[in-house]
Amino acid sequence: MKLAGKKRIWADYQKEIPQDNYFYVRSCIRQNFFPASEVTFLRILRQELGKDIYEHIHHTTCSGIGYHSDVIPLETTMTVVARQFALMTEAGYENYACSCITSFGLYSEILETWKHFPEVLEKVRRDLKAATGREFEVPKHLAHASDIIYKMRHEIASRARYKLVNRYTGQPLRVVEHIGCHYSKMFPSKGVGGAEYPYVLAGMVEAWGGEVVDYPERRHCCGFGFRQYLVQANRGYSVANTQKKFESMAPFKPDMIITNCPGCPYFLDRWQYVIAEMEGKTYGENGFGIPVFTYEEVAGLVLGYDPWDLGLQVHQTAVEPILDKMGVAYNPEKKYLGKDGQNLGHPETPAYSKVY
Amino acid sequence: MGKIKDYLKNDIRMEEGLVACIQCGTCTAICPAAEFYNYDPRKIANIVQSQDEDQIEQLLRSDTIWYCGECMSCVTRCPRSNAPGMLIQVLRAASQDLGYFTDSEKGRQQLALKRTVGTWIVEHGYCIYPRKLSYENHPEAGLIWKWEQEHLDEVHERLGSNFDGEGPGVLRKIPQESLDELQRIFDITGATERFRKIEEDSARKAREMGLSDEEYFHKVYTENSGKHGRDPQ
Repeated sequence: MKLAGKKRIWADYQKEIPQDNYFYVRSCIRQNFFPASEVTFLRILRQELGKDIYEHIHHTTCSGIGYHSDVIPLETTMTVVARQFALMTEAGYENYACSCITSFGLYSEILETWKHFPEVLEKVRRDLKAATGREFEVPKHLAHASDIIYKMRHEIASRARYKLVNRYTGQPLRVVEHIGCHYSKMFPSKGVGGAEYPYVLAGMVEAWGGEVVDYPERRHCCGFGFRQYLVQANRGYSVANTQKKFESMAPFKPDMIITNCPGCPYFLDRWQYVIAEMEGKTYGENGFGIPVFTYEEVAGLVLGYDPWDLGLQVHQTAVEPILDKMGVAYNPEKKYLGKDGQNLGHPETPAYSKVY
Repeated sequence: MGKIKDYLKNDIRMEEGLVACIQCGTCTAICPAAEFYNYDPRKIANIVQSQDEDQIEQLLRSDTIWYCGECMSCVTRCPRSNAPGMLIQVLRAASQDLGYFTDSEKGRQQLALKRTVGTWIVEHGYCIYPRKLSYENHPEAGLIWKWEQEHLDEVHERLGSNFDGEGPGVLRKIPQESLDELQRIFDITGATERFRKIEEDSARKAREMGLSDEEYFHKVYTENSGKHGRDPQ
């Protein structure tokens, strides 16, 4: 298919993303493993772009990981989600923005269920009222946080301090974009570009100067699989799926990976370390792994934020190769310091995975 | 009508998850679990569609239904717009609510999931809570995670979290009144009852296997018989 044809198809898969006034809910996994990404997201929206984005202190998990681990019934999860919508309604917002892809898929599923089964919606309203006394409206718009950064990608590009360009060669960095499965595989119309041509991350990469890498297993799952990772006995499933992706992408020599799901960057980062330690195999240049980023981290790098403010020091796969290629300024001596400069020691050095 | 068929027809996910499957096998072709495990979602759809109570009960007592990763890649590709991954969710709910899950090695793992993710949700308001994660249980999280665990508060402070703090922010302490609301939702909508059933059935199975609670938990969390792959050892 010619590129022009693909662009026409993408145009059919655009979703309406609100410009401002968001009610923000956080991600369990992102808060644990990439906390600075959510900090960066709010910094970009509030300080760079002057947007109104509100976080309610009473919001909780959506319970999605419990739901997809099958210990939480659908009825419970729908009511937990309804409570989040009630907090949004009480705060006077209509645009719901979530940090998590599992949540995003779940919200999409629940909103569709309520459309097709209005009696279920009425029961959820009764259950929520009985449990909490709260009432709710469904959101006017549902956006994943990556949708919002996608919408603002050109404004971010206009403020860029760095581009996704190799400063040594002048060529665009070659970027693998990995979309979380629950972003659009279940409900294609809810994601930018649908399930066939998801463009939410590709749009960011192109706007910020990079080049998207196409490869056979581009849409394969990262391997999380909920219970397949959460239970130690099952983790072979998880690492095997990640390995399949890396074996598929490696011949295309990507410089970096950008992700929009909280779990995917964790698995793509950590399983590279495990594969290196178990088999001595690495997928990046010069014996390093391929650095893996959240889209907030990439946006922050483009905007010139300090890599250690972005939390890049808590990646296991070394990020410095890409910082050097982009020409990002960083102080290696500050990598593992605390907030007030206190010495927190240094992580142990892996046997095979190369680190700085 | 049998009790399993009654159970299944009352789950709204069945209505959109399985309508006139044509057994094309596209779901199996795209399925990450089918590549790793001895697993074929096409066959599962066929058994459920057959409405054969005995075959479905056998399925609910087996490892098979626990192999899916719920990535839902099958949903995109099904030419009938069915959702085999959603069908699995219904079968797993049935296996637990009807008391069959402890008959299989993979099904018994539900106790581990209930006592980790399930419990953390009601106790902390998060599916994952970092003070409950140990490097010992998660060596794959890397030496960077070991370092983070040793300096958990300082690392989160450096990265801008409000870890266990009042007010908004990353990993803030969820107010007790919100946790109380979650608990009441769990009580009214079935999660508390499912938790009770998982514990009760698991305790019975542990007695049958001659294991203490601690030994049983360790076994279900860590043990892999090696009989699940496409090429069983």
